[in-house]
Amino acid sequence: MSLTEVQTVGTSVEAASVQSIAGRSPWQLAWRRLRSDKVAVASGIVILLLCLVAVFAPLIADATGKSYAEQFRDTGLTNQGLPVGPSGQFWFGTDDLGRDIFIRVIYGARISLFVGLSSTAIAVIAGVIVGLYAGYFGGAVDAVLARFTDTVLAFPYLLLAIALAALFGPNLWMVIGVIAFFSWAALSRIVRGQTLSLKEKEYVEAARAIGSSPLRIMFIDILPNVMAPVIVIATLLVPSAIVFEATLSFLGVGVVPPTPSWGNMISDSLSWYTTSWWFLIFPSAALLVTTLAFNLLGDGIRDALDPQTERIFAGRRRRKKSLPIEGPALVEPPRPEVDEV
Amino acid sequence: MTDATAPAPAGDVLLRVENLVKHYPVRVGVLVKREVASVKAVDGVDLELRRGETLGLVGETGSGKSTLARYIAGLHPVTSGHITFDGRDITNLPRQKMQPFRRDIQMIFQDPYGSLNPRRRVGSIIGDPFTVHKIASGDKRKRLVQELMERVGLNPEHYNRFPAEFSGGQRQRIGVARALALRPKLIICDEPVSALDVSIQAQILNLLEDLQSDFGLTYLFIAHDLSVVRHVSDRVAVMYLGKLAETGETGDVYSSGRHPYTQALLAAAPAADPDEADSRQRIILVGDVPSPLLPPPGCRFHPRCPKAQELCSQVVPPLEVKSGDPETHRTACHFPVETGEDLARAADMLRDRAEPGLG
Repeated sequence: MSLTEVQTVGTSVEAASVQSIAGRSPWQLAWRRLRSDKVAVASGIVILLLCLVAVFAPLIADATGKSYAEQFRDTGLTNQGLPVGPSGQFWFGTDDLGRDIFIRVIYGARISLFVGLSSTAIAVIAGVIVGLYAGYFGGAVDAVLARFTDTVLAFPYLLLAIALAALFGPNLWMVIGVIAFFSWAALSRIVRGQTLSLKEKEYVEAARAIGSSPLRIMFIDILPNVMAPVIVIATLLVPSAIVFEATLSFLGVGVVPPTPSWGNMISDSLSWYTTSWWFLIFPSAALLVTTLAFNLLGDGIRDALDPQTERIFAGRRRRKKSLPIEGPALVEPPRPEVDEV
Repeated sequence: MTDATAPAPAGDVLLRVENLVKHYPVRVGVLVKREVASVKAVDGVDLELRRGETLGLVGETGSGKSTLARYIAGLHPVTSGHITFDGRDITNLPRQKMQPFRRDIQMIFQDPYGSLNPRRRVGSIIGDPFTVHKIASGDKRKRLVQELMERVGLNPEHYNRFPAEFSGGQRQRIGVARALALRPKLIICDEPVSALDVSIQAQILNLLEDLQSDFGLTYLFIAHDLSVVRHVSDRVAVMYLGKLAETGETGDVYSSGRHPYTQALLAAAPAADPDEADSRQRIILVGDVPSPLLPPPGCRFHPRCPKAQELCSQVVPPLEVKSGDPETHRTACHFPVETGEDLARAADMLRDRAEPGLG
C-alpha cells in the first residue's frame, strides 16, 4: 500500500463508511504509527539529508572547487598561520593546514555512515543467524554458541581494537570488522532468547507436523516474529558503531589521515580549539546530530513496533487518541537489554 | 460417523500403537546429572485405529492424551514401544525418513489463536505443505489453496489476509484446510473445538464429518468433552494418568461402561434435560489426580476408586475383555462395574471415610 492509499483509507475509516477493507499487515500498522511520530520523522529526514550529502560529497566538492585534502595556505590561513574562521569562502572555516572544514566534514560523513551501516549490517546478519541456531537447536549447539557469545561480550573492546590496529595497521575494513565483531553478540543474545520462547509456540509445532525443515522453520516461521526487536536494535547499533569508529579514529587507530573522519578531526582540533573554535565544534556537532538522529529514530521505531500507553521517560511523546492506529504489537514485552542498547 | 444407517467402518488397521511408553527423566546434579525420578506421561498404551473410523480419546487434563497425539504425529520421540502406520514402523524415525509419512498423518491443533503464525498470510500458511513437499508452487499452489479454503467454508478472496483478521471458528477452519492440503489418511484432532463456543463447535464438527465422508479420512479425536466425543466417535478410549482404562464401541462404553472411572466421567457430564440432570446421581470421586511423577502402585485409579480392594494396589490390571462384553470392549479393572450397580453410594461412603466431617 502506498502512502497516499494509506492516507485515503485512513480518512474514510474515520468517516465510518463501508469502504473496501483491505487487510493491513502488522508492518503497515507500525509504519502508520511511525509516520505520526514527529520526532522520528524529523530524525529520519535528517538522516536522509546526511546520506544524500555523504553520497554526493564528491560532486559537492567539485562544485565548490575544493577537495578534502587540498591545503589553502594563502586563503585558508591567516598571516600568522592560524586557521581562518567561517566565512563566505569557507563555510565551516579551515583547519590547521588550511583545509576546508565543510568539505572535510561531509567526507567524514561518508566514512561514518559507511562504517556505521556496513558494520551494523554484518553484525545483524551474524547475530541473527547465531541467535536463531542457538535458540532453535538448543543442546550442544546452544551450549557452544552461547559460551562463544558470552566470551565475545566479555572482551574489553577498545583495548582489543587498539591492539588489532597496532598489529595489522589501521585500515577501513579492519575498523568495520572490529566494530561488527563486538556488536553481533548482544543482538544474538536477544534473538536467542526470543527464539527459545517462540519455538514452543503451537504454530512451530504445526510447521514440524507438516514436515518443515529446521532451516525453513527458523527463517520463515520464527524470524518474522523476531524481526521487530532486531530492527530496533539495528537502528540503535548504527550510532554506537559510528561513535566507535570516531573513537578509534580519535585514538589514531581508525581512519588514516589525510582521509577525514570526524574522530580524527576532533583529535586534531584539540590543540587548536582555544583559538579556532570552529575546528572542534563543527565535526563534533556533526557527530552529535548524526548520533542523536539515529537514536531518536530508533526510539520512534521501537514505539511504532511495540506501542505502550506509558513508557518511563516518555513524557515528551503522547499518543494522539484521535488517530485510528491500533493493532497488535510486533514485539514481545521489551527485555531490559533492549532498553539498555 | 455414528449415523445408524452408515455402514460400519470396514477397514484394515491403519494405525497401531503397541505398548507406548514415554518417561521424562528428572535429573539433578551440577556437571554430572543423575536421574532421580521420571514423569511417566504415557505408560504402556495399546491402540488400534481402523481405516475410515473415528476413535475418540477422552481423559481429564494430565491423562496424557494430548502428548500421546504428539507421539503418534512424530513430534516428540518416545521412550519405548512401537507405532505402526499402514504396516510400517514409524517409531522415532529421523526427520528425513519421517517426511513421506507427514503427507499421510496430519494434525489439527487446539488453540486457533496459537496454531497460526500471526506474521504470515493465510494463503501462505495453508500452502505451506505444498511448498514443503514440493508439490505445487506459484499460481497452481494459489489455486489449490483457494479450492481448499472454499471447501472448508472460507472466502477464497481472503487469501492474503492475516490470521488476526479472522474469528476463532474461521481460524480453526484455516487449521483444517492446512491439515487437509496433502490429502492425508489420518488426521489427529487435538481438542479441535474446545476453544470455540458451542454454536461454532457444531459447525466445525459438521465440517469434519463432511470431510471424513468426502475424503475417506480416519480421525483420532481427542477431547475432554464427553458429549462431543459421543457425537463424533465410532470407538472410544478412556485414559487415566498415562494408561488406558477402557476401550470399546461408543455405544457400549457410554451405556455400559465397566470401569469405575468411566462411570464417574459419564455421571459428571452435564445433561441437557434438567429433570434428567436432577434424577441422575453424580459419582463424586475422592481426591485429585495423582502426580505422574509418583503414580500409585498397581491400578493407577485405586486411591480414588469406590470399589478398590487390596488386589488393586498390588497388581496392574490388564486391558482385557470382561465377561458379558463384546470382543471390542476392553476394561482394565479387577472389579469392573456390573449392570445395575450403584457407584454413587459407594463413592459417598469412601468420601466420608477419607474426609470425615465434610458434607
